Amino acid sequence: MNLRIQEPRAPKSETAEPVGGLVPVAVPAPASGIRSFLQSRGSSAAADSTFRWLMLASALSIFAIVALIATELVTHSELTLSKFGLKFFFGSAWDPVNANFGALPFVYGTLVSSLLALVLAVPLAVGTAIFLTEMCPKALRGILSFLTELLAAIPSVVYGLWGLLIMVPLLRSYVDPILIKLLGWTGLFAAPDFGIGMFAAGVILAIMILPIISSLTREVMTAVPHTQREAVLALGATRWEMIRMGVLRNARIGIVGSIILGLGRALGETMAVAMVIGSSPTIAKSLLAPAATMASVIANEFAEASDDTYRSALIEIGLALFLVTIVVNICARLLVWAVTRGTPAREA
Amino acid sequence: MGVGIEVNNLNAWYGANHTLQDITLHIPANEATALIGPSGCGKSTFVRCLNRMHETNPIAKVTGEVKVGGEDIYSETSAVEVRRRIGMVFQRPNPFPTMSIYDNVASGLRLNGFRNRRSLDEVVERSLKHAALWDEVKSDLKKKSGASLSGGQQQRLCIARALAVDPEVLLMDEPASALDPVSTAKIEDLIFQLKSQYTIVIVTHNMQQAARVAERTGFFLNGRLVEFDSTHKIFTNPGDKRTEDYITGRFG
Amino acid sequence: MASQRKISAANRHWRWFTNNLASGLAVLSTILVIAPLVAIFIDLVYKGASSLNFSFFTKLPAPVGETGGGMANAIVGSGVLLVLASAIGVPMGIAAGIYLSEYGRGTKLSNVVRFTADVLNGVPSIVMGISVYALIVVPQKGFSAFAGGVALGIMMIPTVARTTEEMLLMVPLSIREAALGLGVPAWRSVLSITLRTAMPGVITGCMLAFARVAGETAPLLFTALGNDFWSTSLRQPIEALPLQIYVYALGPYDEWHRLAWAGSLVLIVLIVVSVSLVRYVTTRGVLKGAT
Repeated sequence: MNLRIQEPRAPKSETAEPVGGLVPVAVPAPASGIRSFLQSRGSSAAADSTFRWLMLASALSIFAIVALIATELVTHSELTLSKFGLKFFFGSAWDPVNANFGALPFVYGTLVSSLLALVLAVPLAVGTAIFLTEMCPKALRGILSFLTELLAAIPSVVYGLWGLLIMVPLLRSYVDPILIKLLGWTGLFAAPDFGIGMFAAGVILAIMILPIISSLTREVMTAVPHTQREAVLALGATRWEMIRMGVLRNARIGIVGSIILGLGRALGETMAVAMVIGSSPTIAKSLLAPAATMASVIANEFAEASDDTYRSALIEIGLALFLVTIVVNICARLLVWAVTRGTPAREA
Repeated sequence: MGVGIEVNNLNAWYGANHTLQDITLHIPANEATALIGPSGCGKSTFVRCLNRMHETNPIAKVTGEVKVGGEDIYSETSAVEVRRRIGMVFQRPNPFPTMSIYDNVASGLRLNGFRNRRSLDEVVERSLKHAALWDEVKSDLKKKSGASLSGGQQQRLCIARALAVDPEVLLMDEPASALDPVSTAKIEDLIFQLKSQYTIVIVTHNMQQAARVAERTGFFLNGRLVEFDSTHKIFTNPGDKRTEDYITGRFG
Repeated sequence: MASQRKISAANRHWRWFTNNLASGLAVLSTILVIAPLVAIFIDLVYKGASSLNFSFFTKLPAPVGETGGGMANAIVGSGVLLVLASAIGVPMGIAAGIYLSEYGRGTKLSNVVRFTADVLNGVPSIVMGISVYALIVVPQKGFSAFAGGVALGIMMIPTVARTTEEMLLMVPLSIREAALGLGVPAWRSVLSITLRTAMPGVITGCMLAFARVAGETAPLLFTALGNDFWSTSLRQPIEALPLQIYVYALGPYDEWHRLAWAGSLVLIVLIVVSVSLVRYVTTRGVLKGAT
């Protein structure tokens, strides 16, 4: 390393004009004040540590919230948990006056209304998703997807208001009579009909879960690589056949996932259902009869729950709702994740 | 004034990948030292070990000694303090997009708690002059955002930003590779001027550039330092055959 | 040969038919999906707009049966609740998002946190309401705005955390490295550089969460409870716009229905503005200049 160092070739600008503000004389040395200032700042290790811990604590708060909900619900439904055990969910008599609580009508109501909503919503949601991803002209796509997004943003209570004051009278006047006439023989649609009831709840729920099923279906359909579509088209398929074989077949699992997610949403939907379902803790064969769901009974009866057992029963229903929606959501998310996982990771 | 860097037995890993093997060299103060070599030879990793940027990757590991001005930067000193003494200019210009030109240059000081308004003004002006950018931006210092400048100007802004904290060493990782020839020439002139003030280490894949600006050059290959000598010797009479092969373009 | 051609002709016709049928059904589905939305909006404007006068925004509800009242206390009450909710939800949500993006990226822990946050978003809001009822209302022996704000705030945390994380992930590594290379302390770099660069997106994420809880009724049923009079105290029950809408919609009076429509219109306008802003910011490129 002791060789004589030969100066490299001088740059052009030494003899030519200064380049862009280049000052050709020696620039005065900067004050060493900056260096000593910076040296005095220390290592900030303590601040970094504290900050990191704060951020971690906030992230862990998400777990804390779940734990909080679970503990509060279990603690405050202790009374009926110990008194009725699992029979609570199989008893069909909901009798607050005599402190006899059976939650089966609400379980039934939740299941039937959600199923009805799925039956109505899934074909429409998938159809919309197909239209928006495969058929829609680009210009229209933005507006339409924006509109479906808006649909998802409308609060439940507004759906309930519209459902109760506009949709229910329409159903009662036009739709229900037709259903009674055509399908009355099944026993599913029978008079008397007040408009409010299981069917109305199913319809409003369907409208509410449409956007989530549709947008997730679109997401999984878009995740299907173009090569799949091209391969099917190259075989001479029509557009529908291409969609069926090239896209839907591959997106099957994800679509099921989005349907389950929609189900999860329907199971827990409270306000709109509470406003149009009629709040009757009974099990009836006719879909036009008033009913109640787990969520709606809590909303409608909690304020009147005067004694501890009554409240405990309602909170136990809430606990069941919590557990059910968590399980359903986990299954749904795992399915959707399994399909869209192939999409490229973000640039770090 | 700049300081010298002494590297002893530096080894670096990316996970299981042994990226640098037994690097030992001495970088003289107040000179420009160029590091050349084919892609993936480890020269960028080496430079990032000099200011402890390599370890920001969670799977990265470093052993060995790096003494800057006599102090081993891998001893107890925190990485943050090390990086205040050693500035870095990256391959792609990366000015802070939400900040004005002034704020960009001042950021190193401000974010370390420097408050004095008047001193900041002086520092910003001086740094921009050092970086040969002052005349072009002096009327828009606070109005224009850092990202609104051209590529070459952005890179000079990044140099000004690095200079504002008065580092002892300036590391430059292929600073001109993303720029057009005119900007590249400006940057090279800059290095020439800055040498008297700072120690400069410049990674470059452009051998002509190394020949133009650096007193010393090191040739890296597959994670090893093959040869380190005066630039003149490397380019006219290299001691190692591999160096000769690279210089004459047989590979890389 | 001829029969083969006939079969394939029939086959072709059938395929052509199903193709068009499918297309038609898809279009029909889209129309049926958009129709209720359009209907709701039209009804809202038609029935609600005329009631949006000065007294709506300034007066208390009139005594039962009388006309001319307003929903001023509900609007103010919602405001109070949302401020409290944001004070809880925004800082914790952003902090959680910072952890997921800057410290825990790729770790198992952050994957589980993210998954849990998504699942939490699917928990019915009434469950959240009962939990806060049990947590705060019962020990404090009374309903309060504080309880309502906490319920809404907790609901904001997972949403804000996820959107913050997504926005922070979009900040290029080069910017972070520039800050580190200057010797800026890690915490300062995260806040003043990374978060600041992602700020527009983070804010819109907060707005999204805000708009969502602004319309929530169920969590307030047993926490804030509702209040017919002026009240902004955190220790007392407080009225809120969605709560009031719920009560009025179920009531028998036309006057109440009229107010419910007007209140819903106000809510919807707030939400549409937020959603549109979010769309605008994210499709126009949140990080202008950062790429």
